[in-house]
Amino acid sequence: MRNEPAVEVTGLVKRYGTRTAVDGLDLTVPRGSVTAVLGPNGAGKTTTVEVCEGFRRPDAGTVRVLGLDPVTQGGLLRPRIGVMLQSGGIYPGAHAEEMLRHAATLYAHPVDPALLIERLGLEACGRTTYRRLSGGQQQRLSLAMAVVGRPELVFLDEPTAGLDPQARHATWDLVRELRSAGVGVVLTTHFMDEAEQLADQVVVVDAGRAIAHGSPEELCRGGAENTLRFSGRPALDLTSLLNALPAGSLAAELSPGSYRIEGKVDPQLLATVASWCAQHGVMPDHLAVERRTLEDVFLELTGRELRA
Amino acid sequence: MSVTTDTAHATGAGAFTPAPGPAPLPRMIRAQALLETKMLLRNGEQLLLTVVIPALLLVLFSAVDIVDTGKGRSVDFLAPGILALAVLSTAFTGQAIATGFERRYGVLKRLGASPLPRWALMAAKTCSVLVTEALQVVLLVVIAYALGWSPHGDPAAVLLLLLLGTAAFSGLGLLMAGTLKAEATLAAANLVFLLLLVGGGVIVPMDKFSGGTQDVLKLLPISALSDGLRDVLQNGAGMPWGDLGILAVWAVLGLAAAGRWFRWE
Repeated sequence: MRNEPAVEVTGLVKRYGTRTAVDGLDLTVPRGSVTAVLGPNGAGKTTTVEVCEGFRRPDAGTVRVLGLDPVTQGGLLRPRIGVMLQSGGIYPGAHAEEMLRHAATLYAHPVDPALLIERLGLEACGRTTYRRLSGGQQQRLSLAMAVVGRPELVFLDEPTAGLDPQARHATWDLVRELRSAGVGVVLTTHFMDEAEQLADQVVVVDAGRAIAHGSPEELCRGGAENTLRFSGRPALDLTSLLNALPAGSLAAELSPGSYRIEGKVDPQLLATVASWCAQHGVMPDHLAVERRTLEDVFLELTGRELRA
Repeated sequence: MSVTTDTAHATGAGAFTPAPGPAPLPRMIRAQALLETKMLLRNGEQLLLTVVIPALLLVLFSAVDIVDTGKGRSVDFLAPGILALAVLSTAFTGQAIATGFERRYGVLKRLGASPLPRWALMAAKTCSVLVTEALQVVLLVVIAYALGWSPHGDPAAVLLLLLLGTAAFSGLGLLMAGTLKAEATLAAANLVFLLLLVGGGVIVPMDKFSGGTQDVLKLLPISALSDGLRDVLQNGAGMPWGDLGILAVWAVLGLAAAGRWFRWE
């Protein structure tokens, strides 16, 4: 039982009236890892997460969370997961600390609310009502409530939307701490750097389907546009270098002594460049594989046009 | 590692190590009921509705002979009606508005993801309504005594009327909160409160209305409650079975409809 994935979604379909929000989505989340569900607005991220949380009934497909069906076994599942909604969920008239303490009361072995308040920088607003908190403070309170019950798995729907840089980093630190404690984290985001910084696995969702998945490195490595850069003495014989490289590679001296090679960058190519340099008495300085950023990958996958 | 008890909190390095599990049900329900009651008592409009208006009406209409309340002291006529109004204000209007906005703000949705089962949330809401009503009754009874009230009758009959009235108004309030938009609930719940205040025998005696109108008005839950309470408290009657029957029918219909159509988000 312990080895089954934290989340296993197969062929999930969810329609709202005539609109298909999720259209045959597959998603597997290993236990104790951080998975970022990345996608443009309206891609079906929130719907997918809310099906996993048991809020919505799938129209087709199977969903298992911690081995349980969120719809029929919700009573068993809910104490084991933590949920942060995209917005709201808290009495407008409740004080921040009062609300967190209340959330803690609903669990058998909660985290000390004071610890979370300190960790998320909410000390100054313990007696402030939810409606008077800033957007960022509301987000952090909601995050605290999601983890206070010491869940095995947390779902965070856009946890850093609207946060200032300090609060973002506090949130990221908490997510890393959760992972090292063995808590699985599923978060939706449309911040590439967030996915790159936090996620063990990124699932790119567009138009209701998972169109790519892998670690940020794997996703960025894919494709043929990889670039290798190095510097050496100016005016190297690039024709000789190209002869040594696989067909289709490109080489250019961008500025005197600064070189760029484009092609399928793999260990073989690196070895070839290094040995060519050795033969020509060149010390390749700043030799670096330049990867695509996740943002490049994302835009390639989902298109650059603005969404309606 | 320290011994884990109900109230032990995890701190320090292992603070987030998974240790999931729900709190015991009675603790969850007690905490939820307490929180809901606090939210209600902290809300100015709700306090106006549940405390200020009934108390003010009791004092005002007892002191000044605005409506003809028949023979005898007017407080003896008014106190049972105002007690009925207190139940209406808390179980129906207050609960409908609060629950409507909890639904709108995603509070009900978020609680639905917590270990608190939905039935337990509803049980907590009921406890919160009963606690608020108890506070209202104490306050109103003290005021009524100060105004010279001399109640009669069987306390058990009064309690039964109040409980069935609470059930009837809760069902209707939750039906409204769970089906309409929060703003619509706010408007409708206040409007219904006002109409029932005037047409439900609370401060205006039923015989002020014409015969046909009276027959219809008498079937309203507020009329049954105020009439039943008045029969017992003012006239010392036994169990007002007719009024209890009307309230029971409203309670069954209201709660069944709320159970069928209530939407959590």
